Amino acid sequence: MSGDHDHGEHGHDHEESATMAQRVAGLVAKLEQKGLVTEEQIDRTVTTFLAKAGPSNGAALVARAWVDPGFKATLVADANAALQALGLDMSQWARGVTLRAVENTEQVHNVIVCTLCSCYPIGLLGPSPSWYKSAAYRARVVRDPRGVLAEFGVALPSDTEIRVWDSTAELRYIVIPRRPVGSETWTEKELTALVPRDALIGTALATQPAAPHPGPRPSGGGS
Amino acid sequence: MGSVAQRFSIGQRVRTGPVRPSGHTRLPRYLSERSGVIAHLHGLYPVADDRAEGRTDAPPQALYGVSFEARELWGEGASGFTVIADLWDAYLEEAP
Repeated sequence: MSGDHDHGEHGHDHEESATMAQRVAGLVAKLEQKGLVTEEQIDRTVTTFLAKAGPSNGAALVARAWVDPGFKATLVADANAALQALGLDMSQWARGVTLRAVENTEQVHNVIVCTLCSCYPIGLLGPSPSWYKSAAYRARVVRDPRGVLAEFGVALPSDTEIRVWDSTAELRYIVIPRRPVGSETWTEKELTALVPRDALIGTALATQPAAPHPGPRPSGGGS
Repeated sequence: MGSVAQRFSIGQRVRTGPVRPSGHTRLPRYLSERSGVIAHLHGLYPVADDRAEGRTDAPPQALYGVSFEARELWGEGASGFTVIADLWDAYLEEAP
């Protein structure tokens, strides 16, 4: 690599000139050329994957855990089994990967990161946000998680213990946020609306219900 | 040297080795040569370092969730949090 800047606009490192999209296209062309994969196979895989991947999967896991203590116990002990119970198939998006759900409590707040690259439970959360992949988030959340969370608008009591889960190997993490006060009468389906994607990463809390309840309740349901 | 068997148990203190000077690893530099506690036993998994180098006959190794105190990673001023990372047996030694 030349550090010279004497050749006009070509003074950049050549690695930077190939965008990720170009590198992927080059790789695909090579694989097709060698007969290892066809364009149709790639299209089919991506379409199937995107149809099933998304944060609604993670929200469904959390909502079920909030209303069903037995399910929550399974989710915390063996998240892959909980996925199966909910009819979510992990093999679609990560063969051989183990999911682990970590639960926020009054004493503990969890947040996930991948300092080495961008490991993320994509099937449950959808494609990851760009900040999750940024060097700034990856470097800072393991060094000053309280400060990073404050920048995300998450202010925690000073005595809350923060656990930062660095996804360095074959496990993928998802956070079970605390169920918001005021959501006691919400149904499982309604509760999924209170679980934003970032709450599953740990950089947000579950949404506080603005009103007592979004819709009319059947009579006899209390106040 | 990593062994196939699970050498460590929950609660045991361990110390990470240095980052390998060359080749692939999944031991982050900020967690190298640091002491932590075994918090989770994940079972046996093929080691990323071996896979990256095409050593398909390498035996899988025990993978552990290792918890590090903020102070151990960043010095006296850091507190109130822990970092938990998943590390293969080969990265770890018993803490002195």
